Amino acid sequence: MAENPQKAARPRPLSPFVTIYRWPVTMATSFTHRVTGIGLAFGSAVLAWWLVSIASGPEAYNTFNMVAASWIGQIALFGFAWSLAYHLLNGIRHLAWDTGYGFNVKTADATGWLVIILSVLLAIGVFAYVYLGHGGAGV
Amino acid sequence: MTMETPLHRVEGLGPAHSGVKHFWRQRMTAAAMVPLAIWFAWSVASLAGASEAQVLFYLTRSAFNIPLNAILMGAFIVIALYHMVLGIQVVIDDYVHHSGGKIFLMLLTRAFALAVAAVSIFALFRIAGPV
Repeated sequence: MAENPQKAARPRPLSPFVTIYRWPVTMATSFTHRVTGIGLAFGSAVLAWWLVSIASGPEAYNTFNMVAASWIGQIALFGFAWSLAYHLLNGIRHLAWDTGYGFNVKTADATGWLVIILSVLLAIGVFAYVYLGHGGAGV
Repeated sequence: MTMETPLHRVEGLGPAHSGVKHFWRQRMTAAAMVPLAIWFAWSVASLAGASEAQVLFYLTRSAFNIPLNAILMGAFIVIALYHMVLGIQVVIDDYVHHSGGKIFLMLLTRAFALAVAAVSIFALFRIAGPV
């Protein structure tokens, strides 16, 4: 590639990038959908580990439970819980868009905030349900 | 006037040569995940901190003469992983512009999905399969 002789003299103007834009909520929710999706991919390996530990007997299952109950395990599980809640709710929002609903800018902004708030409430709700002693009894 | 050849039109595959296959499969797996994810979240929240015997009871319990929860768990994992492969493919297509890197990451994603699916299904068979 030939060198541009003007390159050193004057840098070419650049398009604004994510670090420049004020993030609209629709952009943030789109980005977060991808990030939570990738996070859940790692979560699938944890799910496989949980199932293998159940299939392998009490010792393996206790090891899993010890890791899951540790503070780092609890942070990871809360991350997975919120990611699942978010990806599920925002996924429903995407399916609505795919069928032609909710494309109005105001509607898309409102459903974006709704997804963010509801996903946090759901994740906290699930953890509250478990911490208040409703988990562990079997269904 | 169209520049499209008649053959290209009847093939219906468009400029990406894959038609709506990827789009459609991603939406169908997404729709299937809605009830399965709700079932899954409710199940694991109820089983958090449970003894091994309680988890085994839940997964092997018979409903309609089949271990329904184990089957739903298998369906959840397989459909979730398929949905994951389709979703990560979009991310790779968007951000990885080197074709070698693209192929490598797609193979890695699929290998990961197959490994997690194989291990999970094997575990489910040991838990709830015919003895």
